[in-house]
Amino acid sequence: MNASLNAWSDALSELHLLGLPVGLVVIAAVPLVFIALYALTYGVYGERKISAFMQDRLGPMEVGKWGILQTLADILKLLQKEDIVNKSADKFLFVIGPGILFVGAFLAFAVLPFGPAFIGADLNVGLFYAIGIVALEVVGILAAGWGSNNKWALYGAIRSVAQIVSYEIPAAIAILCGTMMAGTLSMQQFNLLQQGEYGFLHFFLFQNPIAWLPFLIYFIASLAETNRAPFDIPEAESELVAGYFTEYTGMKFAVIFLAEYGSMFMVSAILSIVFLGGWNSPLPNIGPLSLNDWTTGPVWGAFWIVMKGFFFIFVQMWLRWTLPRLRVDQLMHLCWKVLTPFAFVAFVLIAVWEIYVK
Amino acid sequence: MDQTLSDFGTVFVFLLLGIIFVVGGYLTARLLRPSRPNPEKLAIYECGEEAVGSAWIKFNIRFYVVALIFIIFDVEVVFLFPWATVFKELGGFALIEALIFAGILIIGLVYAWVKGDLDWVRPTPNIPEMPVIEEKHKTQETS
Repeated sequence: MNASLNAWSDALSELHLLGLPVGLVVIAAVPLVFIALYALTYGVYGERKISAFMQDRLGPMEVGKWGILQTLADILKLLQKEDIVNKSADKFLFVIGPGILFVGAFLAFAVLPFGPAFIGADLNVGLFYAIGIVALEVVGILAAGWGSNNKWALYGAIRSVAQIVSYEIPAAIAILCGTMMAGTLSMQQFNLLQQGEYGFLHFFLFQNPIAWLPFLIYFIASLAETNRAPFDIPEAESELVAGYFTEYTGMKFAVIFLAEYGSMFMVSAILSIVFLGGWNSPLPNIGPLSLNDWTTGPVWGAFWIVMKGFFFIFVQMWLRWTLPRLRVDQLMHLCWKVLTPFAFVAFVLIAVWEIYVK
Repeated sequence: MDQTLSDFGTVFVFLLLGIIFVVGGYLTARLLRPSRPNPEKLAIYECGEEAVGSAWIKFNIRFYVVALIFIIFDVEVVFLFPWATVFKELGGFALIEALIFAGILIIGLVYAWVKGDLDWVRPTPNIPEMPVIEEKHKTQETS
Protein backbone atom coordinates (compact mmCIF):
# COMPACT_ATOMS: atom_id res chain seq x y z
CA MET A 1 0.00 0.00 0.00
CA ASN A 2 2.62 2.53 1.09
CA ALA A 3 4.78 1.88 -1.92
CA SER A 4 1.96 2.68 -4.34
CA LEU A 5 1.05 5.83 -2.36
CA ASN A 6 4.63 7.04 -2.65
CA ALA A 7 4.57 6.30 -6.35
CA TRP A 8 1.57 8.58 -6.73
CA SER A 9 3.10 11.47 -4.83
CA ASP A 10 6.30 11.08 -6.84
CA ALA A 11 4.29 11.18 -10.04
CA LEU A 12 2.54 14.30 -8.79
CA SER A 13 5.77 16.21 -8.21
CA GLU A 14 7.21 15.09 -11.52
CA LEU A 15 4.24 16.35 -13.52
CA HIS A 16 5.38 19.93 -13.60
CA LEU A 17 8.99 19.10 -14.38
CA LEU A 18 8.63 16.69 -17.23
CA GLY A 19 7.47 17.47 -20.74
CA LEU A 20 3.86 16.99 -21.61
CA PRO A 21 3.80 13.56 -23.24
CA VAL A 22 5.91 12.07 -20.48
CA GLY A 23 3.70 13.64 -17.86
CA LEU A 24 0.59 12.29 -19.54
CA VAL A 25 2.00 8.82 -19.86
CA VAL A 26 2.93 8.94 -16.18
CA ILE A 27 -0.60 10.04 -15.35
CA ALA A 28 -1.98 7.15 -17.39
CA ALA A 29 0.55 4.67 -16.05
CA VAL A 30 -0.30 5.33 -12.40
CA PRO A 31 -3.83 3.85 -12.60
CA LEU A 32 -2.41 0.93 -14.60
CA VAL A 33 0.16 0.19 -11.92
CA PHE A 34 -2.55 0.70 -9.32
CA ILE A 35 -4.89 -1.82 -10.97
CA ALA A 36 -2.10 -4.38 -11.28
CA LEU A 37 -0.88 -3.92 -7.70
CA TYR A 38 -4.31 -3.86 -6.14
CA ALA A 39 -5.57 -6.83 -8.17
CA LEU A 40 -2.51 -8.84 -7.15
CA THR A 41 -2.51 -7.93 -3.46
CA TYR A 42 -6.01 -7.14 -2.33
CA GLY A 43 -7.94 -8.61 -5.26
CA VAL A 44 -6.52 -12.09 -5.51
CA TYR A 45 -4.60 -12.71 -2.29
CA GLY A 46 -6.93 -10.61 -0.13
CA GLU A 47 -10.05 -12.19 -1.52
CA ARG A 48 -8.68 -15.71 -0.98
CA LYS A 49 -7.62 -14.90 2.57
CA ILE A 50 -10.88 -13.10 3.44
CA SER A 51 -12.90 -15.96 1.95
CA ALA A 52 -10.83 -18.43 3.92
CA PHE A 53 -11.24 -16.61 7.24
CA MET A 54 -14.98 -16.30 6.71
CA GLN A 55 -15.16 -20.06 6.22
CA ASP A 56 -12.83 -20.80 9.11
CA ARG A 57 -10.01 -21.94 6.82
CA LEU A 58 -6.46 -20.67 6.51
CA GLY A 59 -6.39 -20.00 2.78
CA PRO A 60 -3.10 -20.00 0.84
CA MET A 61 -0.26 -20.82 3.27
CA GLU A 62 2.42 -22.54 1.20
CA VAL A 63 4.26 -19.89 -0.84
CA GLY A 64 6.10 -17.49 1.44
CA LYS A 65 5.13 -16.52 4.95
CA TRP A 66 1.31 -16.82 5.32
CA GLY A 67 1.20 -17.46 1.57
CA ILE A 68 2.03 -13.82 0.75
CA LEU A 69 3.86 -14.76 -2.43
CA GLN A 70 0.97 -16.89 -3.67
CA THR A 71 -0.21 -14.38 -6.31
CA LEU A 72 3.34 -13.90 -7.58
CA ALA A 73 3.56 -17.65 -8.09
CA ASP A 74 0.15 -17.55 -9.79
CA ILE A 75 1.30 -14.85 -12.21
CA LEU A 76 4.47 -16.79 -13.09
CA LYS A 77 2.35 -19.86 -13.64
CA LEU A 78 -0.17 -18.01 -15.82
CA LEU A 79 2.64 -16.52 -17.94
CA GLN A 80 4.04 -19.97 -18.65
CA LYS A 81 0.74 -21.67 -19.35
CA GLU A 82 0.13 -22.79 -22.87
CA ASP A 83 -2.28 -20.54 -24.71
CA ILE A 84 -5.02 -22.73 -26.11
CA VAL A 85 -7.38 -21.38 -28.73
CA ASN A 86 -9.75 -24.17 -29.55
CA LYS A 87 -10.01 -25.34 -33.12
CA SER A 88 -13.57 -24.29 -33.82
CA ALA A 89 -13.40 -20.91 -32.05
CA ASP A 90 -13.77 -17.58 -33.81
CA LYS A 91 -10.11 -16.64 -33.36
CA PHE A 92 -10.49 -12.90 -33.84
CA LEU A 93 -13.32 -12.52 -31.30
CA PHE A 94 -11.62 -14.94 -28.93
CA VAL A 95 -8.41 -12.91 -28.85
CA ILE A 96 -10.01 -9.47 -28.81
CA GLY A 97 -12.57 -10.26 -26.06
CA PRO A 98 -10.24 -10.00 -23.03
CA GLY A 99 -8.62 -6.95 -24.65
CA ILE A 100 -11.94 -5.09 -24.86
CA LEU A 101 -12.74 -6.09 -21.28
CA PHE A 102 -9.47 -4.78 -19.94
CA VAL A 103 -9.21 -1.63 -22.05
CA GLY A 104 -12.82 -0.75 -21.18
CA ALA A 105 -12.21 -1.17 -17.46
CA PHE A 106 -8.93 0.75 -17.68
CA LEU A 107 -10.39 3.64 -19.70
CA ALA A 108 -12.85 4.30 -16.88
CA PHE A 109 -9.86 5.07 -14.64
CA ALA A 110 -9.05 8.05 -16.90
CA VAL A 111 -11.71 10.13 -15.14
CA LEU A 112 -11.20 8.75 -11.63
CA PRO A 113 -9.79 11.43 -9.32
CA PHE A 114 -7.20 9.94 -6.98
CA GLY A 115 -6.99 13.15 -4.99
CA PRO A 116 -7.45 16.91 -5.26
CA ALA A 117 -4.63 17.26 -7.78
CA PHE A 118 -4.51 13.88 -9.44
CA ILE A 119 -6.92 13.00 -12.19
CA GLY A 120 -6.27 11.69 -15.69
CA ALA A 121 -8.79 13.84 -17.50
CA ASP A 122 -11.36 15.92 -15.65
CA LEU A 123 -14.00 15.60 -18.37
CA ASN A 124 -17.08 17.75 -17.92
CA VAL A 125 -19.11 14.60 -18.66
CA GLY A 126 -16.81 12.44 -16.49
CA LEU A 127 -19.42 10.48 -14.55
CA PHE A 128 -21.47 9.84 -17.67
CA TYR A 129 -18.36 8.70 -19.51
CA ALA A 130 -17.42 6.41 -16.62
CA ILE A 131 -20.72 4.55 -16.46
CA GLY A 132 -20.77 4.35 -20.25
CA ILE A 133 -17.26 2.95 -20.57
CA VAL A 134 -17.78 0.45 -17.74
CA ALA A 135 -20.81 -0.83 -19.66
CA LEU A 136 -18.50 -1.45 -22.63
CA GLU A 137 -17.52 -4.69 -20.91
CA VAL A 138 -20.76 -6.14 -22.33
CA VAL A 139 -19.10 -6.11 -25.77
CA GLY A 140 -16.00 -7.89 -24.44
CA ILE A 141 -18.06 -10.52 -22.63
CA LEU A 142 -20.17 -11.19 -25.70
CA ALA A 143 -17.07 -11.40 -27.92
CA ALA A 144 -15.38 -13.78 -25.47
CA GLY A 145 -18.43 -15.97 -24.95
CA TRP A 146 -19.51 -16.14 -28.58
CA GLY A 147 -15.96 -16.45 -29.90
CA SER A 148 -15.24 -19.46 -27.67
CA ASN A 149 -17.81 -21.60 -29.49
CA ASN A 150 -18.40 -23.35 -26.20
CA LYS A 151 -21.87 -23.91 -24.77
CA TRP A 152 -20.86 -23.00 -21.22
CA ALA A 153 -19.21 -19.84 -22.47
CA LEU A 154 -22.19 -18.85 -24.60
CA TYR A 155 -24.68 -19.40 -21.79
CA GLY A 156 -22.46 -17.48 -19.40
CA ALA A 157 -22.08 -14.62 -21.87
CA ILE A 158 -25.75 -14.19 -22.71
CA ARG A 159 -26.76 -14.44 -19.06
CA SER A 160 -24.09 -11.93 -18.18
CA VAL A 161 -25.11 -9.49 -20.91
CA ALA A 162 -28.80 -9.72 -20.00
CA GLN A 163 -27.92 -9.11 -16.38
CA ILE A 164 -25.54 -6.22 -17.01
CA VAL A 165 -27.85 -4.36 -19.36
CA SER A 166 -30.82 -4.85 -17.02
CA TYR A 167 -29.04 -3.58 -13.93
CA GLU A 168 -27.66 -0.70 -15.96
CA ILE A 169 -31.11 0.94 -15.69
CA PRO A 170 -31.45 1.18 -11.88
CA ALA A 171 -27.73 2.00 -11.66
CA ALA A 172 -28.03 4.82 -14.17
CA ILE A 173 -31.12 6.26 -12.46
CA ALA A 174 -29.33 6.11 -9.10
CA ILE A 175 -26.38 8.00 -10.62
CA LEU A 176 -28.90 10.43 -12.09
CA CYS A 177 -30.12 11.11 -8.54
CA GLY A 178 -26.54 11.87 -7.53
CA THR A 179 -26.17 14.19 -10.52
CA MET A 180 -29.32 16.03 -9.52
CA MET A 181 -27.91 16.65 -6.04
CA ALA A 182 -24.59 17.88 -7.44
CA GLY A 183 -25.72 19.61 -10.62
CA THR A 184 -22.57 18.50 -12.43
CA LEU A 185 -21.11 15.48 -14.18
CA SER A 186 -17.46 16.27 -13.55
CA MET A 187 -15.93 13.75 -11.17
CA GLN A 188 -13.62 16.33 -9.58
CA GLN A 189 -16.51 18.76 -9.09
CA PHE A 190 -18.41 16.04 -7.22
CA ASN A 191 -15.57 15.81 -4.73
CA LEU A 192 -15.22 19.56 -4.33
CA LEU A 193 -18.95 19.92 -3.63
CA GLN A 194 -18.70 17.44 -0.78
CA GLN A 195 -15.76 19.17 0.87
CA GLY A 196 -16.20 20.85 4.23
CA GLU A 197 -15.02 21.08 7.79
CA TYR A 198 -17.70 18.73 9.12
CA GLY A 199 -16.29 15.80 7.20
CA PHE A 200 -18.84 13.12 6.49
CA LEU A 201 -21.77 15.47 7.12
CA HIS A 202 -21.00 17.15 3.79
CA PHE A 203 -21.29 13.89 1.85
CA PHE A 204 -24.32 13.68 -0.40
CA LEU A 205 -25.48 10.60 1.45
CA PHE A 206 -26.08 12.80 4.52
CA GLN A 207 -27.13 15.93 2.64
CA ASN A 208 -30.46 14.59 1.48
CA PRO A 209 -32.76 12.33 3.52
CA ILE A 210 -33.63 10.22 0.46
CA ALA A 211 -30.05 9.76 -0.77
CA TRP A 212 -29.67 6.39 0.95
CA LEU A 213 -32.19 4.94 -1.52
CA PRO A 214 -30.18 5.55 -4.73
CA PHE A 215 -27.05 4.69 -2.73
CA LEU A 216 -28.38 1.22 -1.91
CA ILE A 217 -29.81 0.76 -5.42
CA TYR A 218 -26.49 1.63 -7.02
CA PHE A 219 -24.61 -0.68 -4.68
CA ILE A 220 -26.90 -3.64 -5.45
CA ALA A 221 -26.83 -2.89 -9.17
CA SER A 222 -23.04 -2.58 -9.15
CA LEU A 223 -22.80 -6.09 -7.71
CA ALA A 224 -24.79 -7.33 -10.69
CA GLU A 225 -22.78 -5.27 -13.17
CA THR A 226 -19.51 -6.78 -12.05
CA ASN A 227 -21.03 -10.29 -11.88
CA ARG A 228 -20.35 -10.57 -8.17
CA ALA A 229 -22.26 -12.84 -5.84
CA PRO A 230 -25.20 -13.07 -5.24
CA PHE A 231 -25.58 -12.13 -8.91
CA ASP A 232 -22.93 -14.50 -10.25
CA ILE A 233 -25.04 -16.84 -12.37
CA PRO A 234 -23.03 -15.84 -15.47
CA GLU A 235 -20.03 -17.65 -14.01
CA ALA A 236 -21.82 -19.99 -11.65
CA GLU A 237 -19.07 -22.57 -11.17
CA SER A 238 -21.44 -25.33 -10.08
CA GLU A 239 -23.47 -25.20 -13.29
CA LEU A 240 -21.54 -23.33 -16.00
CA VAL A 241 -17.91 -24.30 -15.20
CA ALA A 242 -16.68 -20.69 -15.41
CA GLY A 243 -19.11 -18.89 -17.69
CA TYR A 244 -17.79 -16.80 -20.54
CA PHE A 245 -14.10 -17.42 -19.75
CA THR A 246 -14.34 -21.23 -19.67
CA GLU A 247 -12.04 -21.64 -22.68
CA TYR A 248 -9.43 -19.08 -21.66
CA THR A 249 -5.99 -20.06 -20.43
CA GLY A 250 -2.76 -18.37 -19.49
CA MET A 251 -2.31 -14.66 -20.08
CA LYS A 252 -5.76 -14.11 -21.57
CA PHE A 253 -7.29 -15.49 -18.38
CA ALA A 254 -5.09 -13.15 -16.35
CA VAL A 255 -6.19 -10.16 -18.45
CA ILE A 256 -9.87 -11.05 -17.86
CA PHE A 257 -9.20 -11.20 -14.13
CA LEU A 258 -7.43 -7.85 -14.10
CA ALA A 259 -10.38 -6.35 -15.96
CA GLU A 260 -12.81 -7.83 -13.48
CA TYR A 261 -10.97 -6.50 -10.44
CA GLY A 262 -10.49 -3.19 -12.23
CA SER A 263 -14.21 -2.71 -12.77
CA MET A 264 -14.90 -3.89 -9.20
CA PHE A 265 -12.79 -1.03 -7.93
CA MET A 266 -14.27 1.37 -10.47
CA VAL A 267 -17.90 0.82 -9.42
CA SER A 268 -16.89 1.06 -5.75
CA ALA A 269 -15.04 4.31 -6.48
CA ILE A 270 -18.02 5.75 -8.38
CA LEU A 271 -20.24 4.85 -5.43
CA SER A 272 -17.93 6.59 -2.99
CA ILE A 273 -17.45 9.65 -5.21
CA VAL A 274 -21.15 10.18 -5.88
CA PHE A 275 -22.45 9.52 -2.38
CA LEU A 276 -19.55 9.35 0.05
CA GLY A 277 -17.33 12.29 -0.78
CA GLY A 278 -14.68 10.51 -2.86
CA TRP A 279 -11.26 11.69 -1.71
CA ASN A 280 -12.63 13.90 1.06
CA SER A 281 -11.81 12.97 4.60
CA PRO A 282 -14.84 11.69 6.54
CA LEU A 283 -13.41 13.00 9.82
CA PRO A 284 -14.97 16.23 11.11
CA ASN A 285 -13.22 19.13 12.79
CA ILE A 286 -14.16 18.98 16.47
CA GLY A 287 -13.17 22.21 18.20
CA PRO A 288 -9.37 22.32 18.53
CA LEU A 289 -9.10 18.82 17.05
CA SER A 290 -9.11 19.79 13.36
CA LEU A 291 -9.13 16.18 12.20
CA ASN A 292 -10.52 17.13 8.80
CA ASP A 293 -7.72 19.60 8.06
CA TRP A 294 -5.07 17.15 9.21
CA THR A 295 -6.34 14.40 6.97
CA THR A 296 -6.71 16.47 3.79
CA GLY A 297 -4.09 16.65 1.08
CA PRO A 298 -2.95 14.96 -2.13
CA VAL A 299 -1.69 11.80 -0.44
CA TRP A 300 -4.57 11.69 2.04
CA GLY A 301 -6.97 12.13 -0.87
CA ALA A 302 -5.56 9.07 -2.59
CA PHE A 303 -5.69 7.24 0.74
CA TRP A 304 -9.37 8.03 1.33
CA ILE A 305 -10.63 7.17 -2.14
CA VAL A 306 -8.68 3.91 -2.19
CA MET A 307 -9.83 3.03 1.32
CA LYS A 308 -13.47 3.77 0.50
CA GLY A 309 -13.17 1.68 -2.66
CA PHE A 310 -11.53 -1.15 -0.73
CA PHE A 311 -14.22 -0.99 1.91
CA PHE A 312 -16.95 -1.58 -0.68
CA ILE A 313 -14.90 -4.36 -2.28
CA PHE A 314 -14.67 -5.93 1.17
CA VAL A 315 -18.46 -5.73 1.46
CA GLN A 316 -18.71 -7.38 -1.96
CA MET A 317 -16.46 -10.25 -0.77
CA TRP A 318 -18.42 -10.49 2.45
CA LEU A 319 -21.73 -10.76 0.59
CA ARG A 320 -20.26 -13.50 -1.56
CA TRP A 321 -20.06 -15.76 1.46
CA THR A 322 -23.30 -14.59 3.01
CA LEU A 323 -25.99 -14.71 0.35
CA PRO A 324 -26.95 -17.64 -1.86
CA ARG A 325 -26.93 -17.18 -5.62
CA LEU A 326 -30.09 -15.81 -7.21
CA ARG A 327 -31.96 -17.72 -9.88
CA VAL A 328 -32.28 -16.03 -13.25
CA ASP A 329 -35.99 -15.24 -12.85
CA GLN A 330 -35.41 -13.87 -9.35
CA LEU A 331 -32.65 -11.74 -10.82
CA MET A 332 -34.93 -10.19 -13.41
CA HIS A 333 -37.69 -9.79 -10.83
CA LEU A 334 -35.37 -7.90 -8.50
CA CYS A 335 -34.12 -5.66 -11.28
CA TRP A 336 -37.27 -4.70 -13.14
CA LYS A 337 -39.95 -5.02 -10.46
CA VAL A 338 -38.09 -3.87 -7.36
CA LEU A 339 -35.02 -1.77 -8.14
CA THR A 340 -36.29 0.10 -11.21
CA PRO A 341 -39.59 1.30 -9.62
CA PHE A 342 -37.74 2.26 -6.44
CA ALA A 343 -35.15 4.09 -8.51
CA PHE A 344 -37.93 6.12 -10.14
CA VAL A 345 -39.42 6.86 -6.72
CA ALA A 346 -36.00 8.06 -5.54
CA PHE A 347 -35.66 10.17 -8.69
CA VAL A 348 -38.99 11.95 -8.09
CA LEU A 349 -38.43 12.43 -4.33
CA ILE A 350 -34.93 13.80 -4.77
CA ALA A 351 -36.06 16.16 -7.52
CA VAL A 352 -38.89 17.49 -5.33
CA TRP A 353 -36.58 17.78 -2.31
CA GLU A 354 -33.87 19.63 -4.20
CA ILE A 355 -36.29 22.18 -5.69
CA TYR A 356 -38.92 22.72 -3.03
CA VAL A 357 -37.43 21.82 0.33
CA LYS A 358 -33.75 22.65 0.16
CA MET B 1 -1.43 21.71 -17.31
CA ASP B 2 -1.46 20.81 -20.96
CA GLN B 3 -1.93 23.16 -23.87
CA THR B 4 -1.72 20.75 -26.75
CA LEU B 5 -3.95 17.89 -25.69
CA SER B 6 -7.62 18.20 -24.83
CA ASP B 7 -9.19 16.10 -22.07
CA PHE B 8 -10.22 13.46 -24.55
CA GLY B 9 -6.62 13.44 -25.77
CA THR B 10 -5.67 12.24 -22.29
CA VAL B 11 -8.34 9.56 -22.58
CA PHE B 12 -6.71 8.57 -25.86
CA VAL B 13 -3.34 8.19 -24.07
CA PHE B 14 -5.12 5.87 -21.62
CA LEU B 15 -6.54 3.92 -24.55
CA LEU B 16 -3.08 3.50 -26.11
CA LEU B 17 -1.52 2.48 -22.81
CA GLY B 18 -4.27 -0.06 -22.16
CA ILE B 19 -3.80 -1.61 -25.60
CA ILE B 20 -0.01 -1.65 -25.17
CA PHE B 21 -0.42 -3.36 -21.81
CA VAL B 22 -2.66 -6.11 -23.18
CA VAL B 23 -0.58 -6.69 -26.32
CA GLY B 24 2.63 -6.58 -24.28
CA GLY B 25 1.19 -9.13 -21.87
CA TYR B 26 0.23 -11.44 -24.72
CA LEU B 27 3.69 -11.12 -26.30
CA THR B 28 5.56 -11.71 -23.03
CA ALA B 29 3.52 -14.84 -22.45
CA ARG B 30 4.21 -15.92 -26.02
CA LEU B 31 7.97 -15.78 -25.37
CA LEU B 32 7.72 -17.77 -22.16
CA ARG B 33 5.07 -20.38 -22.78
CA PRO B 34 5.34 -23.71 -24.54
CA SER B 35 3.20 -24.49 -27.55
CA ARG B 36 2.46 -28.17 -27.98
CA PRO B 37 -1.05 -28.43 -29.37
CA ASN B 38 -2.79 -31.75 -29.84
CA PRO B 39 -6.35 -32.61 -30.96
CA GLU B 40 -7.56 -33.12 -27.38
CA LYS B 41 -6.29 -29.73 -26.26
CA LEU B 42 -7.81 -27.98 -29.24
CA ALA B 43 -11.22 -29.57 -28.71
CA ILE B 44 -14.02 -27.60 -27.04
CA TYR B 45 -14.12 -28.13 -23.28
CA GLU B 46 -17.37 -29.76 -22.28
CA CYS B 47 -16.53 -31.58 -19.05
CA GLY B 48 -14.82 -34.43 -20.84
CA GLU B 49 -17.66 -35.22 -23.19
CA GLU B 50 -17.13 -34.79 -26.89
CA ALA B 51 -18.99 -31.70 -27.99
CA VAL B 52 -22.04 -32.31 -30.14
CA GLY B 53 -22.66 -29.62 -32.70
CA SER B 54 -21.72 -25.97 -32.55
CA ALA B 55 -22.43 -23.59 -29.70
CA TRP B 56 -23.58 -20.98 -32.18
CA ILE B 57 -27.23 -21.66 -31.71
CA LYS B 58 -30.41 -19.63 -31.57
CA PHE B 59 -30.92 -18.58 -28.01
CA ASN B 60 -33.98 -17.76 -25.96
CA ILE B 61 -36.11 -14.90 -27.31
CA ARG B 62 -36.38 -13.53 -23.73
CA PHE B 63 -32.90 -12.06 -24.08
CA TYR B 64 -34.01 -9.91 -27.01
CA VAL B 65 -36.99 -8.62 -25.05
CA VAL B 66 -34.71 -7.68 -22.15
CA ALA B 67 -32.36 -5.92 -24.56
CA LEU B 68 -35.23 -3.98 -26.13
CA ILE B 69 -36.60 -2.82 -22.77
CA PHE B 70 -33.06 -1.87 -21.77
CA ILE B 71 -32.49 0.28 -24.85
CA ILE B 72 -35.71 2.24 -24.31
CA PHE B 73 -34.92 2.96 -20.67
CA ASP B 74 -31.28 3.70 -21.28
CA VAL B 75 -32.09 6.27 -23.96
CA GLU B 76 -34.53 7.86 -21.53
CA VAL B 77 -31.89 8.11 -18.81
CA VAL B 78 -29.43 9.55 -21.32
CA PHE B 79 -31.91 12.31 -22.13
CA LEU B 80 -32.47 13.02 -18.43
CA PHE B 81 -28.77 13.53 -17.63
CA PRO B 82 -28.40 16.99 -19.24
CA TRP B 83 -31.60 18.07 -17.50
CA ALA B 84 -30.31 16.79 -14.16
CA THR B 85 -27.23 19.02 -14.29
CA VAL B 86 -29.27 22.24 -14.58
CA PHE B 87 -32.68 21.35 -13.13
CA LYS B 88 -32.18 23.43 -10.00
CA GLU B 89 -32.01 26.60 -12.10
CA LEU B 90 -34.85 25.51 -14.38
CA GLY B 91 -37.17 24.98 -11.43
CA GLY B 92 -40.64 23.53 -11.06
CA PHE B 93 -41.91 23.74 -14.63
CA ALA B 94 -38.98 21.78 -16.05
CA LEU B 95 -39.42 19.27 -13.24
CA ILE B 96 -43.02 18.66 -14.31
CA GLU B 97 -41.87 18.27 -17.91
CA ALA B 98 -39.21 15.74 -16.87
CA LEU B 99 -41.76 13.87 -14.78
CA ILE B 100 -44.12 13.67 -17.78
CA PHE B 101 -41.22 12.41 -19.87
CA ALA B 102 -40.33 9.78 -17.26
CA GLY B 103 -44.03 9.04 -16.73
CA ILE B 104 -44.49 7.95 -20.33
CA LEU B 105 -41.68 5.46 -19.83
CA ILE B 106 -43.15 4.28 -16.53
CA ILE B 107 -46.42 3.58 -18.34
CA GLY B 108 -44.32 1.49 -20.75
CA LEU B 109 -42.79 -0.36 -17.80
CA VAL B 110 -46.24 -1.02 -16.34
CA TYR B 111 -47.41 -2.27 -19.74
CA ALA B 112 -44.47 -4.66 -20.06
CA TRP B 113 -45.06 -5.77 -16.47
CA VAL B 114 -48.78 -6.49 -17.01
CA LYS B 115 -48.04 -8.30 -20.28
CA GLY B 116 -45.68 -10.59 -18.38
CA ASP B 117 -42.62 -9.55 -20.40
CA LEU B 118 -40.65 -8.94 -17.22
CA ASP B 119 -41.16 -12.49 -15.95
CA TRP B 120 -38.34 -14.73 -17.00
CA VAL B 121 -40.52 -17.83 -17.09
CA ARG B 122 -43.45 -16.52 -19.07
CA PRO B 123 -46.84 -17.40 -17.64
CA THR B 124 -49.23 -19.41 -19.79
CA PRO B 125 -50.31 -17.18 -22.65
CA ASN B 126 -53.29 -15.08 -21.69
CA ILE B 127 -55.42 -15.34 -24.80
CA PRO B 128 -58.66 -13.44 -24.32
CA GLU B 129 -61.81 -15.35 -25.16
CA MET B 130 -63.63 -13.95 -28.11
CA PRO B 131 -66.90 -15.86 -28.41
CA VAL B 132 -68.37 -13.51 -31.02
CA ILE B 133 -65.59 -14.09 -33.53
CA GLU B 134 -65.65 -17.82 -32.84
CA GLU B 135 -69.37 -17.99 -33.58
CA LYS B 136 -68.90 -16.09 -36.81
CA HIS B 137 -66.15 -18.49 -37.72
CA LYS B 138 -68.40 -21.46 -37.05
CA THR B 139 -71.29 -20.07 -39.05
CA GLN B 140 -68.94 -19.43 -41.94
CA GLU B 141 -67.74 -23.00 -41.77
CA THR B 142 -71.23 -24.48 -41.70
CA SER B 143 -72.51 -22.30 -44.49
